[in-house]
Amino acid sequence: MRALVIDDSRAMRRIVSGILEGLGYETQQAGHGREGLDVLEGGWVPDLVCVDWNMPVMDGLQFVSAARSNPAWRSMTIMMVTSESEHTQIVRALAAGAHEYVIKPFTADAIRDKLALLGLLPQEALL
Amino acid sequence: MSLTTTSFDWVRQLVHRESAIVLQPGKEYLVEARLLPIARRAGLTDVSSFVESVRTRPSPDNTRAIVEALTTNETSWFRDGDPFTALTSTVLPSLLAARGPSARLQIWSAACSSGQEAYTIGMLLEDALPNAASRVSITATDISREMVERTRAGRFSQLEVNRGLPAPMLVRHFVRAGTEWQVAPQLRRMVTASECNLAAPLPRMGPFDVVYLRNVLIYFDLSTKQAILRRVRDLMRPDGWLFLGAAETTLGVDDSWERVVVGRSSAYRPLKGK
Repeated sequence: MRALVIDDSRAMRRIVSGILEGLGYETQQAGHGREGLDVLEGGWVPDLVCVDWNMPVMDGLQFVSAARSNPAWRSMTIMMVTSESEHTQIVRALAAGAHEYVIKPFTADAIRDKLALLGLLPQEALL
Repeated sequence: MSLTTTSFDWVRQLVHRESAIVLQPGKEYLVEARLLPIARRAGLTDVSSFVESVRTRPSPDNTRAIVEALTTNETSWFRDGDPFTALTSTVLPSLLAARGPSARLQIWSAACSSGQEAYTIGMLLEDALPNAASRVSITATDISREMVERTRAGRFSQLEVNRGLPAPMLVRHFVRAGTEWQVAPQLRRMVTASECNLAAPLPRMGPFDVVYLRNVLIYFDLSTKQAILRRVRDLMRPDGWLFLGAAETTLGVDDSWERVVVGRSSAYRPLKGK
Protein backbone atom coordinates (compact mmCIF):
# COMPACT_ATOMS: atom_id res chain seq x y z
CA MET A 1 0.00 0.00 0.00
CA ARG A 2 1.11 3.55 -0.66
CA ALA A 3 0.91 6.68 1.46
CA LEU A 4 1.73 10.32 0.74
CA VAL A 5 2.77 12.37 3.77
CA ILE A 6 2.35 16.13 3.42
CA ASP A 7 3.74 18.37 6.17
CA ASP A 8 5.98 21.43 6.15
CA SER A 9 7.94 20.03 9.10
CA ARG A 10 10.60 17.62 7.93
CA ALA A 11 10.70 16.05 11.41
CA MET A 12 6.95 15.43 11.35
CA ARG A 13 7.13 13.98 7.82
CA ARG A 14 9.80 11.56 9.03
CA ILE A 15 7.78 10.55 12.10
CA VAL A 16 4.54 9.91 10.18
CA SER A 17 6.37 8.19 7.31
CA GLY A 18 8.30 6.04 9.80
CA ILE A 19 5.09 4.88 11.46
CA LEU A 20 3.48 4.07 8.12
CA GLU A 21 6.56 2.29 6.79
CA GLY A 22 6.64 0.25 10.00
CA LEU A 23 3.10 -0.87 9.14
CA GLY A 24 4.16 -1.91 5.65
CA TYR A 25 3.46 1.22 3.59
CA GLU A 26 5.56 2.56 0.75
CA THR A 27 5.68 6.34 1.29
CA GLN A 28 6.44 9.60 -0.47
CA GLN A 29 6.69 13.02 1.13
CA ALA A 30 5.72 16.57 0.20
CA GLY A 31 6.38 19.86 2.03
CA HIS A 32 3.03 21.55 1.29
CA GLY A 33 -0.28 20.99 -0.47
CA ARG A 34 0.91 22.13 -3.90
CA GLU A 35 3.85 19.71 -3.78
CA GLY A 36 1.41 17.02 -2.76
CA LEU A 37 -0.79 17.72 -5.79
CA ASP A 38 2.34 17.58 -7.98
CA VAL A 39 3.00 14.04 -6.74
CA LEU A 40 -0.58 13.01 -7.57
CA GLU A 41 -0.52 14.72 -10.97
CA GLY A 42 2.74 12.89 -11.66
CA GLY A 43 0.73 9.66 -11.51
CA TRP A 44 1.75 8.41 -8.05
CA VAL A 45 -1.72 8.04 -6.54
CA PRO A 46 -1.56 6.52 -3.03
CA ASP A 47 -4.13 4.63 -0.98
CA LEU A 48 -3.71 7.10 1.88
CA VAL A 49 -2.74 10.75 2.27
CA CYS A 50 -1.74 12.12 5.68
CA VAL A 51 -1.85 15.90 5.44
CA ASP A 52 -1.10 18.71 7.89
CA TRP A 53 -3.36 21.78 7.99
CA ASN A 54 -1.11 24.84 8.37
CA MET A 55 1.52 24.92 5.63
CA PRO A 56 2.93 27.57 3.28
CA VAL A 57 1.93 27.84 -0.43
CA MET A 58 -1.12 25.56 -0.12
CA ASP A 59 -2.60 24.53 3.21
CA GLY A 60 -4.10 21.16 4.06
CA LEU A 61 -7.72 22.21 3.69
CA GLN A 62 -7.06 23.62 0.20
CA PHE A 63 -5.27 20.38 -0.66
CA VAL A 64 -8.23 18.28 0.50
CA SER A 65 -10.67 20.36 -1.60
CA ALA A 66 -8.40 20.20 -4.67
CA ALA A 67 -7.80 16.47 -4.30
CA ARG A 68 -11.51 15.76 -3.87
CA SER A 69 -12.37 17.70 -7.05
CA ASN A 70 -10.53 15.17 -9.23
CA PRO A 71 -12.62 11.99 -9.78
CA ALA A 72 -9.46 10.02 -10.62
CA TRP A 73 -8.34 10.36 -7.02
CA ARG A 74 -11.64 9.44 -5.42
CA SER A 75 -10.44 6.12 -4.05
CA MET A 76 -7.73 7.87 -2.04
CA THR A 77 -8.35 8.11 1.71
CA ILE A 78 -7.35 11.43 3.26
CA MET A 79 -6.47 11.78 6.92
CA MET A 80 -5.61 15.17 8.37
CA VAL A 81 -2.80 15.07 10.94
CA THR A 82 -2.70 18.48 12.54
CA SER A 83 -2.52 20.51 15.73
CA GLU A 84 -5.80 22.25 14.78
CA SER A 85 -8.04 20.84 17.48
CA GLU A 86 -11.20 22.95 17.48
CA HIS A 87 -14.53 21.22 16.91
CA THR A 88 -15.37 23.58 14.04
CA GLN A 89 -12.05 22.89 12.29
CA ILE A 90 -12.63 19.14 12.36
CA VAL A 91 -16.13 19.66 10.93
CA ARG A 92 -14.66 21.83 8.13
CA ALA A 93 -12.05 19.22 7.26
CA LEU A 94 -14.62 16.41 7.12
CA ALA A 95 -17.00 18.57 5.08
CA ALA A 96 -14.18 19.28 2.59
CA GLY A 97 -13.71 15.56 2.11
CA ALA A 98 -11.19 14.34 4.68
CA HIS A 99 -12.11 10.88 6.01
CA GLU A 100 -10.25 11.00 9.27
CA TYR A 101 -8.57 13.43 11.58
CA VAL A 102 -5.68 12.91 14.01
CA ILE A 103 -4.81 15.69 16.40
CA LYS A 104 -1.16 16.36 17.28
CA PRO A 105 0.39 15.26 19.54
CA PHE A 106 -0.39 11.65 18.73
CA THR A 107 1.13 8.23 19.29
CA ALA A 108 1.95 5.55 16.73
CA ASP A 109 -0.96 3.56 18.17
CA ALA A 110 -3.34 6.41 17.30
CA ILE A 111 -2.33 6.21 13.62
CA ARG A 112 -2.62 2.44 13.68
CA ASP A 113 -6.08 2.58 15.32
CA LYS A 114 -7.34 5.04 12.71
CA LEU A 115 -6.00 2.93 9.84
CA ALA A 116 -7.70 -0.12 11.36
CA LEU A 117 -11.00 1.80 11.39
CA LEU A 118 -10.52 2.75 7.77
CA GLY A 119 -9.62 -0.80 6.75
CA LEU A 120 -6.22 0.46 5.66
CA LEU A 121 -3.89 -1.68 7.74
CA PRO A 122 -1.70 -3.69 5.36
CA GLN A 123 -2.01 -7.45 5.83
CA GLU A 124 1.42 -7.78 7.46
CA ALA A 125 0.41 -5.22 10.13
CA LEU A 126 -2.60 -7.35 11.06
CA LEU A 127 -0.46 -10.35 11.97
CA MET B 1 15.86 -1.19 44.10
CA SER B 2 13.88 -3.73 42.12
CA LEU B 3 10.78 -5.40 43.50
CA THR B 4 11.60 -8.05 46.11
CA THR B 5 9.93 -11.45 46.12
CA THR B 6 8.31 -10.65 49.48
CA SER B 7 6.84 -7.40 48.17
CA PHE B 8 5.59 -9.03 44.97
CA ASP B 9 3.97 -11.90 46.88
CA TRP B 10 2.26 -9.50 49.25
CA VAL B 11 0.88 -7.46 46.34
CA ARG B 12 -0.28 -10.66 44.59
CA GLN B 13 -2.14 -11.79 47.68
CA LEU B 14 -3.68 -8.37 48.27
CA VAL B 15 -4.91 -8.08 44.68
CA HIS B 16 -6.28 -11.63 44.73
CA ARG B 17 -8.06 -11.07 48.04
CA GLU B 18 -9.61 -7.77 47.01
CA SER B 19 -10.42 -8.46 43.37
CA ALA B 20 -9.83 -12.21 42.78
CA ILE B 21 -7.48 -11.24 39.96
CA VAL B 22 -4.51 -13.57 39.67
CA LEU B 23 -1.13 -11.94 39.08
CA GLN B 24 1.08 -14.73 37.81
CA PRO B 25 4.78 -14.88 38.69
CA GLY B 26 6.58 -12.99 35.93
CA LYS B 27 4.26 -9.99 36.26
CA GLU B 28 6.74 -8.18 38.49
CA TYR B 29 7.33 -5.68 35.70
CA LEU B 30 3.61 -4.84 35.67
CA VAL B 31 3.59 -4.23 39.42
CA GLU B 32 6.70 -2.05 39.10
CA ALA B 33 5.27 -0.02 36.22
CA ARG B 34 1.81 0.50 37.72
CA LEU B 35 2.92 1.24 41.29
CA LEU B 36 5.88 3.51 40.61
CA PRO B 37 3.74 6.66 40.10
CA ILE B 38 1.93 5.93 43.40
CA ALA B 39 5.24 5.32 45.21
CA ARG B 40 6.54 8.64 43.91
CA ARG B 41 3.41 10.45 45.00
CA ALA B 42 4.03 8.99 48.46
CA GLY B 43 7.52 10.52 48.43
CA LEU B 44 9.39 7.23 47.84
CA THR B 45 11.77 6.47 45.02
CA ASP B 46 11.11 2.77 44.51
CA VAL B 47 8.17 0.37 44.55
CA SER B 48 9.59 -2.06 47.12
CA SER B 49 9.95 0.67 49.75
CA PHE B 50 6.39 1.76 49.05
CA VAL B 51 4.99 -1.77 49.27
CA GLU B 52 6.94 -2.39 52.48
CA SER B 53 5.56 0.79 54.04
CA VAL B 54 1.99 -0.21 53.16
CA ARG B 55 2.56 -3.82 54.26
CA THR B 56 3.81 -2.82 57.70
CA ARG B 57 1.29 -0.01 58.16
CA PRO B 58 -1.70 -0.76 55.92
CA SER B 59 -4.12 2.04 55.21
CA PRO B 60 -7.38 1.68 53.26
CA ASP B 61 -6.37 4.46 50.85
CA ASN B 62 -3.02 2.91 49.98
CA THR B 63 -4.25 -0.65 49.63
CA ARG B 64 -7.11 0.59 47.46
CA ALA B 65 -4.66 2.56 45.32
CA ILE B 66 -2.56 -0.57 44.78
CA VAL B 67 -5.54 -2.72 43.83
CA GLU B 68 -6.88 -0.05 41.49
CA ALA B 69 -3.52 0.47 39.80
CA LEU B 70 -3.28 -3.23 39.04
CA THR B 71 -6.85 -3.84 37.94
CA THR B 72 -7.35 -1.04 35.44
CA ASN B 73 -6.45 -1.50 31.84
CA GLU B 74 -5.73 0.57 28.82
CA THR B 75 -8.75 0.95 26.65
CA SER B 76 -9.63 2.62 23.41
CA TRP B 77 -12.70 3.44 21.37
CA PHE B 78 -14.03 0.59 19.26
CA ARG B 79 -11.41 -1.67 20.84
CA ASP B 80 -11.35 -4.88 18.75
CA GLY B 81 -14.21 -3.46 16.68
CA ASP B 82 -16.04 -6.67 15.71
CA PRO B 83 -18.29 -6.91 18.81
CA PHE B 84 -19.48 -3.36 18.08
CA THR B 85 -20.16 -4.13 14.44
CA ALA B 86 -22.12 -7.18 15.67
CA LEU B 87 -24.24 -4.95 17.93
CA THR B 88 -25.68 -2.89 15.11
CA SER B 89 -25.62 -5.50 12.34
CA THR B 90 -27.11 -8.48 14.19
CA VAL B 91 -27.92 -8.01 17.87
CA LEU B 92 -29.98 -4.85 17.60
CA PRO B 93 -32.14 -6.04 14.67
CA SER B 94 -32.67 -9.36 16.46
CA LEU B 95 -33.73 -7.69 19.72
CA LEU B 96 -36.06 -5.26 17.96
CA ALA B 97 -37.63 -8.11 15.97
CA ALA B 98 -38.26 -10.05 19.18
CA ARG B 99 -39.40 -7.17 21.39
CA GLY B 100 -40.97 -4.74 18.94
CA PRO B 101 -39.49 -1.68 17.24
CA SER B 102 -39.98 0.62 20.22
CA ALA B 103 -38.51 -1.74 22.83
CA ARG B 104 -36.39 -0.40 25.65
CA LEU B 105 -32.91 -1.88 25.91
CA GLN B 106 -30.59 -2.38 28.85
CA ILE B 107 -26.92 -2.87 28.21
CA TRP B 108 -24.08 -3.54 30.66
CA SER B 109 -20.48 -2.60 30.11
CA ALA B 110 -18.82 -4.65 32.86
CA ALA B 111 -15.28 -3.59 33.77
CA CYS B 112 -15.82 -0.33 31.90
CA SER B 113 -12.45 1.24 32.75
CA SER B 114 -12.63 4.95 31.85
CA GLY B 115 -15.86 4.54 29.91
CA GLN B 116 -14.82 4.23 26.27
CA GLU B 117 -16.72 0.97 25.76
CA ALA B 118 -19.95 2.26 27.32
CA TYR B 119 -19.86 5.48 25.29
CA THR B 120 -18.93 3.61 22.11
CA ILE B 121 -22.07 1.50 22.56
CA GLY B 122 -24.06 4.67 23.28
CA MET B 123 -22.80 6.44 20.15
CA LEU B 124 -23.64 3.47 17.94
CA LEU B 125 -27.16 3.20 19.35
CA GLU B 126 -27.76 6.96 19.13
CA ASP B 127 -26.83 6.78 15.46
CA ALA B 128 -28.89 3.62 14.81
CA LEU B 129 -32.06 4.10 16.89
CA PRO B 130 -34.61 6.91 16.89
CA ASN B 131 -35.03 8.36 20.40
CA ALA B 132 -32.18 6.23 21.71
CA ALA B 133 -31.68 8.51 24.69
CA SER B 134 -35.10 7.59 26.09
CA ARG B 135 -34.99 3.90 25.13
CA VAL B 136 -31.50 2.74 25.96
CA SER B 137 -29.88 2.59 29.34
CA ILE B 138 -26.25 1.61 29.62
CA THR B 139 -24.89 0.48 32.97
CA ALA B 140 -21.12 0.88 33.23
CA THR B 141 -19.36 -0.75 36.17
CA ASP B 142 -15.77 -1.07 37.31
CA ILE B 143 -13.99 -2.17 40.46
CA SER B 144 -12.06 1.10 40.50
CA ARG B 145 -13.69 4.16 42.06
CA GLU B 146 -11.37 6.38 40.02
CA MET B 147 -12.47 4.73 36.77
CA VAL B 148 -16.15 5.02 37.72
CA GLU B 149 -15.70 8.73 38.37
CA ARG B 150 -13.88 9.15 35.06
CA THR B 151 -16.71 7.35 33.27
CA ARG B 152 -19.29 9.59 34.95
CA ALA B 153 -17.41 12.72 33.95
CA GLY B 154 -17.13 11.52 30.36
CA ARG B 155 -14.05 13.71 29.81
CA PHE B 156 -11.20 12.53 27.65
CA SER B 157 -7.82 13.97 26.75
CA GLN B 158 -6.72 14.75 23.23
CA LEU B 159 -4.56 11.62 23.25
CA GLU B 160 -7.50 9.48 24.34
CA VAL B 161 -9.86 10.72 21.64
CA ASN B 162 -7.16 10.00 19.07
CA ARG B 163 -7.25 6.30 20.01
CA GLY B 164 -9.67 4.70 17.58
CA LEU B 165 -12.55 7.19 17.76
CA PRO B 166 -13.73 7.98 14.23
CA ALA B 167 -13.59 11.75 13.59
CA PRO B 168 -17.23 11.94 12.41
CA MET B 169 -18.29 10.43 15.75
CA LEU B 170 -16.06 12.80 17.68
CA VAL B 171 -17.75 15.83 16.16
CA ARG B 172 -21.25 14.36 16.52
CA HIS B 173 -21.04 13.16 20.10
CA PHE B 174 -18.45 15.31 21.89
CA VAL B 175 -17.96 18.93 22.83
CA ARG B 176 -14.71 20.69 23.65
CA ALA B 177 -14.11 21.21 27.37
CA GLY B 178 -10.95 23.27 27.74
CA THR B 179 -8.08 21.15 26.48
CA GLU B 180 -10.21 18.01 26.74
CA TRP B 181 -13.31 16.62 25.04
CA GLN B 182 -16.49 15.76 26.90
CA VAL B 183 -19.24 13.37 25.87
CA ALA B 184 -22.33 15.37 24.90
CA PRO B 185 -24.92 15.64 27.72
CA GLN B 186 -27.58 13.56 25.95
CA LEU B 187 -25.20 10.62 25.54
CA ARG B 188 -23.84 11.01 29.05
CA ARG B 189 -27.38 10.69 30.41
CA MET B 190 -27.70 7.25 28.78
CA VAL B 191 -24.81 5.91 30.85
CA THR B 192 -25.01 5.18 34.59
CA ALA B 193 -21.68 4.34 36.19
CA SER B 194 -21.16 2.56 39.49
CA GLU B 195 -18.58 0.55 41.40
CA CYS B 196 -18.89 -3.20 41.17
CA ASN B 197 -16.54 -6.05 42.00
CA LEU B 198 -17.33 -8.88 39.59
CA ALA B 199 -15.70 -11.40 41.92
CA ALA B 200 -18.20 -10.64 44.71
CA PRO B 201 -22.00 -10.95 44.83
CA LEU B 202 -23.40 -8.44 42.34
CA PRO B 203 -25.82 -5.64 43.13
CA ARG B 204 -29.40 -5.75 41.79
CA MET B 205 -29.16 -4.66 38.16
CA GLY B 206 -30.67 -5.45 34.80
CA PRO B 207 -32.14 -7.57 33.41
CA PHE B 208 -29.71 -6.91 30.58
CA ASP B 209 -30.29 -7.50 26.89
CA VAL B 210 -26.60 -7.26 26.05
CA VAL B 211 -23.53 -7.60 28.25
CA TYR B 212 -19.99 -6.64 27.27
CA LEU B 213 -17.60 -8.49 29.60
CA ARG B 214 -14.43 -8.24 27.61
CA ASN B 215 -10.83 -8.85 28.62
CA VAL B 216 -11.86 -9.48 32.21
CA LEU B 217 -12.13 -13.26 32.64
CA ILE B 218 -8.50 -13.74 31.57
CA TYR B 219 -7.41 -12.30 34.90
CA PHE B 220 -9.33 -14.81 37.04
CA ASP B 221 -8.83 -18.44 38.02
CA LEU B 222 -11.27 -21.07 36.77
CA SER B 223 -13.62 -21.15 39.79
CA THR B 224 -13.90 -17.34 39.79
CA LYS B 225 -14.57 -17.34 36.04
CA GLN B 226 -17.39 -19.84 36.62
CA ALA B 227 -18.86 -17.79 39.46
CA ILE B 228 -18.71 -14.58 37.41
CA LEU B 229 -20.39 -16.20 34.39
CA ARG B 230 -23.14 -17.59 36.63
CA ARG B 231 -23.81 -14.20 38.22
CA VAL B 232 -23.79 -12.45 34.86
CA ARG B 233 -26.25 -15.00 33.48
CA ASP B 234 -28.59 -14.34 36.41
CA LEU B 235 -28.69 -10.66 35.43
CA MET B 236 -29.39 -11.30 31.74
CA ARG B 237 -32.63 -11.79 29.86
CA PRO B 238 -33.03 -15.40 28.64
CA ASP B 239 -32.54 -14.26 25.04
CA GLY B 240 -29.69 -11.87 25.86
CA TRP B 241 -26.28 -11.62 24.26
CA LEU B 242 -22.90 -11.76 25.99
CA PHE B 243 -19.68 -10.55 24.38
CA LEU B 244 -16.33 -11.68 25.79
CA GLY B 245 -12.81 -10.63 24.77
CA ALA B 246 -11.28 -12.17 21.65
CA ALA B 247 -9.07 -14.44 23.78
CA GLU B 248 -11.90 -15.52 26.10
CA THR B 249 -14.60 -18.16 25.89
CA THR B 250 -17.19 -19.95 28.01
CA LEU B 251 -16.15 -23.26 26.42
CA GLY B 252 -14.58 -25.49 29.03
CA VAL B 253 -15.57 -23.02 31.73
CA ASP B 254 -19.37 -22.99 31.92
CA ASP B 255 -21.54 -25.18 29.68
CA SER B 256 -24.72 -23.14 30.14
CA TRP B 257 -23.92 -20.88 27.18
CA GLU B 258 -24.36 -21.31 23.47
CA ARG B 259 -21.63 -19.84 21.27
CA VAL B 260 -22.98 -17.97 18.26
CA VAL B 261 -20.85 -16.64 15.44
CA VAL B 262 -21.82 -13.05 14.65
CA GLY B 263 -19.92 -11.67 11.67
CA ARG B 264 -16.26 -11.88 12.60
CA SER B 265 -16.87 -12.18 16.33
CA SER B 266 -18.50 -14.61 18.73
CA ALA B 267 -21.32 -13.97 21.16
CA TYR B 268 -22.66 -16.22 23.90
CA ARG B 269 -26.33 -16.76 24.69
CA PRO B 270 -27.83 -18.47 27.73
CA LEU B 271 -28.81 -22.05 26.95
CA LYS B 272 -32.42 -22.75 27.83
CA GLY B 273 -32.96 -25.15 30.71
CA LYS B 274 -29.43 -24.85 32.05
